[in-house]
Amino acid sequence: MTGRRLSILAAGLLLVVSLAGAGAMFIARQPAQADQMRAGAYDPPQAAPEFSLRGSDGSELSLARYRGKVVLVSFGFTYCAAVCPTTLSTLAQARSRLGKNADSVQVIFVTVDPARDDPVRLQEYVAAFDSSFVGATGTTNALADARKAYGVTAVKEGTGPDYAMAHTSSIFLIDREGKLRAMMPFGHDPGDFVHDIELLLKA
Amino acid sequence: MQLPAWKASTPRLAVIALALLVLAGFGWAALAPVERTSRDELFEIPPGTSARRLAGEELEILPQTIRLGVHDVLVLRNADAAPHIFGPTLIMPGQTFRLPFAKAATYSFLCTAHATGQLNVIVEPAPAPGWERFRWRWHSLTDRV
Repeated sequence: MTGRRLSILAAGLLLVVSLAGAGAMFIARQPAQADQMRAGAYDPPQAAPEFSLRGSDGSELSLARYRGKVVLVSFGFTYCAAVCPTTLSTLAQARSRLGKNADSVQVIFVTVDPARDDPVRLQEYVAAFDSSFVGATGTTNALADARKAYGVTAVKEGTGPDYAMAHTSSIFLIDREGKLRAMMPFGHDPGDFVHDIELLLKA
Repeated sequence: MQLPAWKASTPRLAVIALALLVLAGFGWAALAPVERTSRDELFEIPPGTSARRLAGEELEILPQTIRLGVHDVLVLRNADAAPHIFGPTLIMPGQTFRLPFAKAATYSFLCTAHATGQLNVIVEPAPAPGWERFRWRWHSLTDRV
């Protein structure tokens, strides 16, 4: 009788431990929520601040022009040594991975250095990453207003012709309806952008 | 009167069973991978902040440095009536901003709300299996309680 009881107890314990282990592994291996953005998300989303700037393609550039597309807005300057080339390269890679959805995405690169970034230079610069990218410049006031509306900082560092600009390096994600949905901090890889863009395209 | 052998050994078996269960719990806490969103770290701009700042009051709502774990989420909420630059972004009244961190690193954001103009978020790696992971789970549990 004792042996039988011991066997039952041992089997019960084994079952409990196995279930606990399996449960732990199941919980631990569950992927992050599929609908959760990898960028920082705004809740509730609000209309993205509109701007009226001059496009590097020679046109008037506004967000309304791209309604129906997911728009990625980045602030930077063409003389940037590291952050801006990395950002635009990342966005170009993300766009190329999107396949047929790539046409539903527009990247806008807004300069924080209008003194040096004229439309021609901007166009050459952004096109080197992806021919669909568009640069944006404008008057000092118009650019300052755009930065203020997005909470972007840009500060001149150094003097002489080789000055730099310390600036916010995040990328803003705007959905097809023109709502500011998220902000991706610098440093994310193309896969994170693809993930979030696809979420916005599905919505 | 003498109890049957199996009745006499039941308390001892129960203790052994309990010990095994506790051991299994320790084992899980120390070894199970940490891969899920684990914690929301909330900071809120309280109502009236804008008025208090306009009146000259200095308010430090966000610390200069925030420490998080991998998969933690920084949650910034603006309960004030005015827009605020809060940490890495501009947040509208009534809006919440949720920023997940999937990789261990030190993140620096330009932030005009700080005198230094910078906010640092240090994301620490997931605790290593063993005592460190067990201790992390224990602290997570006690924090929730």
